Amino acid sequence: MCLAIPGKIISAFEQRGLPMARVQFGPITREACLAYTPEAGVGDYVLVHVGFAISCVNAAEAERTYRALEELNQLGELEAPVVGGGGEAA
Amino acid sequence: MKYLDEYRDQKLAQQLVEEIRRVQTRAWVIMEVCGGQTHSIVKHGLDQMLPPGLELVHGPGCPVCVTSLEMIDKAHAIARRPDVIFCSFGDMLRVPGSNGDLFTLKAQGADVRVVYTPLDCLKLARQFPQKQVVFFAIGFETTAPANAMLVARARAEGLSNLSVLVSHVMVPPAIANILQSPHNRVQGFLGPGHVCAIMGYREYEPIASRFKVPIVITGFEPLDILQGTLMTVRQLERGEHLVENQYARILGRDGNPGARRVVFEVFEVSDRKWRGVGAIPKSGYKLRWEYRDHDAERKFEVKDVDTMEPAECISGQILKGIKKPHDCPAFGGVCTPLHPLGATMVSAEGACAAYYAYGRHLTQGAHP
Repeated sequence: MCLAIPGKIISAFEQRGLPMARVQFGPITREACLAYTPEAGVGDYVLVHVGFAISCVNAAEAERTYRALEELNQLGELEAPVVGGGGEAA
Repeated sequence: MKYLDEYRDQKLAQQLVEEIRRVQTRAWVIMEVCGGQTHSIVKHGLDQMLPPGLELVHGPGCPVCVTSLEMIDKAHAIARRPDVIFCSFGDMLRVPGSNGDLFTLKAQGADVRVVYTPLDCLKLARQFPQKQVVFFAIGFETTAPANAMLVARARAEGLSNLSVLVSHVMVPPAIANILQSPHNRVQGFLGPGHVCAIMGYREYEPIASRFKVPIVITGFEPLDILQGTLMTVRQLERGEHLVENQYARILGRDGNPGARRVVFEVFEVSDRKWRGVGAIPKSGYKLRWEYRDHDAERKFEVKDVDTMEPAECISGQILKGIKKPHDCPAFGGVCTPLHPLGATMVSAEGACAAYYAYGRHLTQGAHP
């Protein structure tokens, strides 16, 4: 459960005072909170755990790790439903 | 491209195994702390690639597994209430309490929801002001900053209908607990990479020197684990006991101080009971008094319940590296991921569940 998934920040915005971003993980895009990586900006790669960026990573590293996780079938948490989008939680 | 990289990785893996073989002169027992590392090891058969005499044993680093039965029963008691929307990470849904799991409760009509991030609970609390939104805040130090931020935001926004059921655990006290056991076999550790991305690794240094064990903070990919193993074996062979960092591309000695600031604003260290292991002093987090209005245990007054674990389950010894899944007569027979008897079978990151997922129940004595 402590796995963290690397992704690329494609846009950044503020939500009720929290710094947030859209982060791309392979084919999937999800929101992540940037409060713990204030140095990260659009185009940077971050390691995301339960919707929070916890560390910055370089692009090559991000690609390598994503592939390793994909192979391990460890990307399941990205499939969790989006809350607030009208979808019922699975 | 993909295949080329895989080929390159395989070659690197072989080279690392060769180097381990070259430096190793005697038998050693090394524990990988994280469930994610265990999963990677079993999936790729890394333990079976290592030279004879070098044994990897699997640690307690699966937060879903070690969440106490009492806490799970409390979660179920809260989730059954008609006024509650109970939110959890997905891994927790199939974990059995004394009477069924969250998945079953949901099927029976309880409003149980899987969230991707704790912050989703803020949206639910705003959207359903007449409901009580409760989040099951479990995890190791990696998850604490996310869960702490949820509580901090709930208070800042005045969301009085949002509370958390906290069952946080910490790695260093668990490692110390293992090393203090009279039956301990562990001589070196692959430390928890993502926990240290938050916490750094200063707190592991006194453990390494007090118990004279090398601790190598290690990542989760096969090459990370083999390299971490090599670094640990080198130290063992030299008689060293240092904290080293294999995962330097992700973390430094100080971890993420900004994240820790929020964690300790919301939580304080407390005693914690671990499933399969028992109580470990100062091994978890609880909410600080200032945040008591968001404490689900206070709000719903869930009492301690009497629980019983099956007597035949040896998960406590497996979590401490004293035994392996194969040593249990129930493993793969009466105990399977669909009908788990104890901690290490309840989540994919538990050692028993990982062994079962990759067919090790069919091959007795597969470990060195």
